[in-house]
Amino acid sequence: MRLAHRFAMENDLIRADCIESTEFPDLAVQYRVYAVPRTVINGSAAIEGAMPEGLMLDAILKTLEPAEDSNG
Amino acid sequence: MGLIRDEDATEIRQRLTAMTDPVTLIHFTQELNLEYGREARQLVEELAGLSDKLTVEVHNFLLEKETANEYGIDKVPATVVRNGKDYGIRFYGLPAGYEFVTLLDAIVNVSQSDSGLEAVNKEKLSKITQPLHLEVFVTPT
Repeated sequence: MRLAHRFAMENDLIRADCIESTEFPDLAVQYRVYAVPRTVINGSAAIEGAMPEGLMLDAILKTLEPAEDSNG
Repeated sequence: MGLIRDEDATEIRQRLTAMTDPVTLIHFTQELNLEYGREARQLVEELAGLSDKLTVEVHNFLLEKETANEYGIDKVPATVVRNGKDYGIRFYGLPAGYEFVTLLDAIVNVSQSDSGLEAVNKEKLSKITQPLHLEVFVTPT
C-alpha cells in the first residue's frame, strides 16, 4: 500500500490521493511531475521517489515545520 | 471482455480473504471521460465481484455534485476506499498495473482498520495538528 494512504489512516487531518498522472496531465504539469512517484504536500512542497516509511514521514513533517513553528 | 483475467482473479480472491470488515469502493464517473472513465468503472466493478466483503457504489460526478463535494472529489474517475469510516483514501484515474496492487493493499488495510505502520510512525502521525494533503503522482508501469 502506498505510504501516503497508510499515513492517512492514522490521522483524520490527513488525506491521501493516488493520482494517475497521464490521465490528469494539467495537474502533472502544474505540480511539475517529471519523475514518479512524486508526493506533493498541501499543494506546494514535493518529495520525489519512494523511501522507507520513517524517512518519508520525516521528510513530510519537515515541510510542515515552518507553519507549525511560525510563532517561534 | 473482462479486464481482470481468470488467472489473476484467483490470486486476487485469495488476497482479499485477508479482509475482515466490509469495504465500500465509492466510485465517481462521468460519461464525458470516455477514454479512461469507463475502464476504471469496469475494473472496480469486476474487483468487487471477487469478494463478498467488497461492494461498489457508483456515482455520476456531473449529476451528483453533493456526494462528490461530501467526499472532496474534484476530478474523475475517482475511487474512495472506505469501511464504516472514511480515512481520506482516494484513487484518481484507472488503478492499473502496480497501482492495482496498491488498491488491493488499501482495501485490505482499510478492511482491517490497520495501517500496518510501525508504532513509532503511528505516534508521530497522531501528533499532526494541521490539515495534511498528500497527492502522490504515479504512472501505469
